[in-house]
Amino acid sequence: MSDVSHDTAVDTHDEHESTGIDNRKLGMWLFLSSEFLLFGALISNYLLYSNRSGFEGVYPAEIYDIPFTSVSSFVLLMSSLTMVLAHNALSSGDQNGTRTWLFATAALGAVFLGGQVFEFTEFIVQFDMTLSTNPAASAFYLLTGFHGTHVAIGVIMLLSLWGISRKQGGLSEKHGLNLELVGLYWHFVDIIWIVIFTVVYLLSVQT
Amino acid sequence: MTATAERPASTIFKRPSTPSGLWGWITTVDHKKVGIMYGYAAFTFFLIGGVEALLLRVQLAQANSEFLTAGAYNALFTMHATTMIFLFIMPASAAFMNYLIPLMIGARDVAFPRLNALSFWIFFFGGIFLYSTFIFGTSLAPISPEGITGNIPLGGGPGSFNFLADSPDGGWFGYQPNAGPLYSPGTAMDYWAFGLQIIGLASLISSVNFIVTVFNMRAKGMRLLRMPVFIWMSTVVAFLLLFSLPIIAVALFMVGFDRQFGTLFFAPTGGGDPILWQHLFWLFGHPEVYILILPAMGIVSEVLPVFSRKPLFGYSAIVFAGAAIAFLGFGVWAHHMFASGITPVAQAAFGLATMTIAIPTGIKIFNWMGTMWGGRLRFTTPMLFAIGFLAMFVIGGLSGVTHAVVPSDWQQTDTYYIVAHFHYVLFGGSVFGLFAGLYYWFPKLTGKVMNPRLGKIHFWLMFIGFNLTFAPMHWLGLQGMVRRTWKYAPENGFEPWNIVITIGAFIIASGFLVFMYNWWHSRRKGVDSGLDPWDARTIEWSIPNPTPEYNYAKTPVITRLDEFWHMKYDQDEDGRAVRKPDADEMLTQLEYEGNNPESPIHLPAPSYFPFVMAIGLPLVFYGVIYHTTPWGKALILIGVVVMLSSLIGWSLEPLEEPLEDHNDGMIDPEGAVV
Amino acid sequence: MAWLRLLLALRLSRFVALAGVALLLTSCSLIEVDSPLTTFDPAGPNADRIDGLFWMVFWIATVVFVLVMGALVVILVVFRDRDKDSTKEPKQLHGNAKLEVIWTVIPALILAAIAVPTTASVFDLTGCDPASMRVELTGHQWWFEYHYPDYDIDTANVLVIPVDQEVCLEMTSDDVIHNFWIPALMGKRYVVPGQITLLRMEADETGEFWGHCAEFCGLSHSLMRARAQVMDVGDFDAWIEAQQEPAALPVEGDPGYDGYQLFLNKGCVQCHTVRFDDPESSNIIAREAFNGPDLTHFASRNVFAGATLPGDGQSYAAALTGWLADPPNVKPGSFMPNLALTAQEIDSLIVWLEGNK
Repeated sequence: MSDVSHDTAVDTHDEHESTGIDNRKLGMWLFLSSEFLLFGALISNYLLYSNRSGFEGVYPAEIYDIPFTSVSSFVLLMSSLTMVLAHNALSSGDQNGTRTWLFATAALGAVFLGGQVFEFTEFIVQFDMTLSTNPAASAFYLLTGFHGTHVAIGVIMLLSLWGISRKQGGLSEKHGLNLELVGLYWHFVDIIWIVIFTVVYLLSVQT
Repeated sequence: MTATAERPASTIFKRPSTPSGLWGWITTVDHKKVGIMYGYAAFTFFLIGGVEALLLRVQLAQANSEFLTAGAYNALFTMHATTMIFLFIMPASAAFMNYLIPLMIGARDVAFPRLNALSFWIFFFGGIFLYSTFIFGTSLAPISPEGITGNIPLGGGPGSFNFLADSPDGGWFGYQPNAGPLYSPGTAMDYWAFGLQIIGLASLISSVNFIVTVFNMRAKGMRLLRMPVFIWMSTVVAFLLLFSLPIIAVALFMVGFDRQFGTLFFAPTGGGDPILWQHLFWLFGHPEVYILILPAMGIVSEVLPVFSRKPLFGYSAIVFAGAAIAFLGFGVWAHHMFASGITPVAQAAFGLATMTIAIPTGIKIFNWMGTMWGGRLRFTTPMLFAIGFLAMFVIGGLSGVTHAVVPSDWQQTDTYYIVAHFHYVLFGGSVFGLFAGLYYWFPKLTGKVMNPRLGKIHFWLMFIGFNLTFAPMHWLGLQGMVRRTWKYAPENGFEPWNIVITIGAFIIASGFLVFMYNWWHSRRKGVDSGLDPWDARTIEWSIPNPTPEYNYAKTPVITRLDEFWHMKYDQDEDGRAVRKPDADEMLTQLEYEGNNPESPIHLPAPSYFPFVMAIGLPLVFYGVIYHTTPWGKALILIGVVVMLSSLIGWSLEPLEEPLEDHNDGMIDPEGAVV
Repeated sequence: MAWLRLLLALRLSRFVALAGVALLLTSCSLIEVDSPLTTFDPAGPNADRIDGLFWMVFWIATVVFVLVMGALVVILVVFRDRDKDSTKEPKQLHGNAKLEVIWTVIPALILAAIAVPTTASVFDLTGCDPASMRVELTGHQWWFEYHYPDYDIDTANVLVIPVDQEVCLEMTSDDVIHNFWIPALMGKRYVVPGQITLLRMEADETGEFWGHCAEFCGLSHSLMRARAQVMDVGDFDAWIEAQQEPAALPVEGDPGYDGYQLFLNKGCVQCHTVRFDDPESSNIIAREAFNGPDLTHFASRNVFAGATLPGDGQSYAAALTGWLADPPNVKPGSFMPNLALTAQEIDSLIVWLEGNK
């Protein structure tokens, strides 16, 4: 037996047959493809129930506050822009800018979450639509709640990157990859929201 | 002589450094050790699921039997199926994939070693979570929507073993609303729903890991169509998991919310749709069937050529047929629901779609037979199991075609005919395939060969017992014996065949005992295997047995399919294989080189965090089940804190090294932050 | 190594012999007496058609099975390694495009041949003739209720239908998903809460046919059975007439009076409908509400308790005594509780119930 060491890197210098995409990025893409089906199932589930008539209580589509949700959707959309800016800043070596844009992205995400909390509270208090009102309401909360959880996880990841950057005085190339991964995730969550906003809110709203 | 390379002192967390002992197993990220742990855990669950099956069989050996209470019977058949599918066949396949994927593609480890360990520990704690229902779970009498409660007499009514009844009893399929909050009150079905959720997450993580490993880490020259079929089938299975698990995750969340938080997804009294559950469940459940069988098909595709001493006949046809089965598998789920009242158009369409699956399946079977045709068949134990697989799978496939004949299925569905069919596919198919693999790759684990005599006894006990058990079930089903039946009336005349079946089940069990003894015995006293005990074809046999910690001393270069065979054999003008004169010399050389790497090898360092993080998840779900109590809320909090803190530890762990070390921006084997 | 080869050959022949014995056993059982639940003895055109379809596929599958297994056995015998020491290795064939095409096309053709009658019969056997007699079936944990809307009759466990006439079951469930199945008359169909499924049924011979709930529906699923009684038209009309009659209200001095009083006082009235000739005294439970079987003509049915009782060789009265003494012990989870009746009370109840023909 010769020298064997337990290190964090596996033989990175050998040549491999490879897609050329970084492992972690490929992994993230695969994970997101699975997430895509998760949201697909949740959205279909909502559409299925919201299109059935005869349930007791209010339907979510009767009480949407489209102007309000439009604003919070816009906020989330803007956070994708700030995410891109953060990535650009890191590519050009601007650590301060990266931190600023990361923080801005997290803040916009938090504003969106605040909006969602407000929306849920309105629905429950003012319109008496709870999880148990009818299956359409159940499906609405499950879908938007799941999306909100994803945004919240994204905010935590963004803040962790921001924290690491502050502690270390910048993000290394390695963490640059982390930033890219978080970015991928964040854009995905935004895109899903665009779909939800379009299909669940705009197209099914009853005026 | 294993020396640990110098590493800068940690500033934040120390990484564990003991590669041996219990602690070594807990912190390991070595794909081989993870695979072995998967294997032992899976076969332990196989044993438990088998005992459950035997108890069921004792109950059914007699008409109107009162060996088990109704509650215990329902709980046992639910847990038997759940265990065999989610806690045995899936993790046993994962064991093979873990151990073999890097070896067969010429890599040192999987793409994300820590995520790999995380998968295992999540599965492991998920299994323990599910089984803790026997201690903590409760299963109560049904309640009508009007609030009237059913009555269960003290002791659960006629029968014994009622203490087993406090576990999930809504079937592994959990049909709503029977498995919902009204008709399965108590916590047992929550353990089931959340347990599956946890185990599903483990599979999702490993599927990402395996796909990346196969796509990015193949040895130089191993193009996609030079990969061993097992690798192909593993990749296909990983994609199936990736795309089917989110569906069941959503469905299980809906059930969990119905049961815990009063949503109305499947409650017909509130407008919910119980048939939607079936669609979602089988949209996952049918791909799941292929998730269970394709790894075994991969194993058989490795074993048959070796012991036929011929290349796999129609390699690309077999590969594409496997992919086609997986693809079609997403479009046939409603054949589980032909009796549900879906429209005739849907019934006909799903019937036809189901029939088309028989075509790629047939292609595989004929190609396997083509592989053996003209070969030089050596009936070693793995070969016997592979042939057993082939024969049993043909029967299962043919009875499968009868289900596609929709009206015929109206008579067969929910009877023992179905039980017979899927056991021919999953036991005669998957399990026989897995045993073929165990005997075949045992030398890679231990450097020993399993005792062939005991192996053959095992095979014949299993083969005879299997057919005694499951063949008569076809007949019973067509005679009208319904599934999931605690009692049957003596007037039906089901008893004689049920006695035969129960005897068969015990013969299978005795076969497994022989296997366990053989495993234990051969590990200690088996014959040394040397480098290449089977005269094999694929490169995992070009390295010493047992596999060195670092797998390949030198990363191999692949020039063709069955690289290792072609290192040993030339072909004469007739196309017959001729052993190269220097083949034995070369093998000796390979063994020496494999044990003596020229340069230091870096391996992924062990880590505590996969283990710790995996503990957090069940804690959260325990908390959710008891969320109305203060300690339930506390458990959720503790679980989240455990997971978050280990996540932070996890992501900071690589900081032990200077940032620029081992980082060429291309391949980073560590898990992503998420 | 000749002895090894011999051993191998012995083992192979043993396997063949075993398979033969298994086949023989199976074929013996084929001529055995069928179970009352068998699918092989259809008693109506729908089940008949399914039976025909099954046997068609069965024989095709058998031919395929024999061919494939035969080929496998031939391969195993012919190409077994006869001389382990020989250096003569097999030809390294990698495949054959022509063969691939053949074994893709032939199964496809066979399947296409099966697909045609399958599709046709799916459409022919689904749904009901709008003119056919309706029976509204409701599944309960763990018994079937039948309501005849044309005649306003309620009955349980035993489905009574006229011979040679299509009957349409409109099915729904009061609780979980059940699956109604009378193998001799038709394949099965789910009984789903909140939805209506249709099942057509037609018998071409009179008699009693067994059935079973086929979908797992909770604790006593195995005890949720059914019967179908097929009558010729005259008998059926007589049965309808009898069922439409109310029961005689027992008055003091009648043999059933004590039992009736128990019915009133023990809580039975909460679930069980009984229609009396004195409508004021009738106890009507709405069909939408939580209900048990209608007892007006309880004794006109030869089985009770989800068609599980009386069991094999048991007398009706003995079975009823056992049932009334402790229903959940017979049928775990039963919504009918143990009323702690004394032996005398049980006897009284039986006298009254047996009067409700």
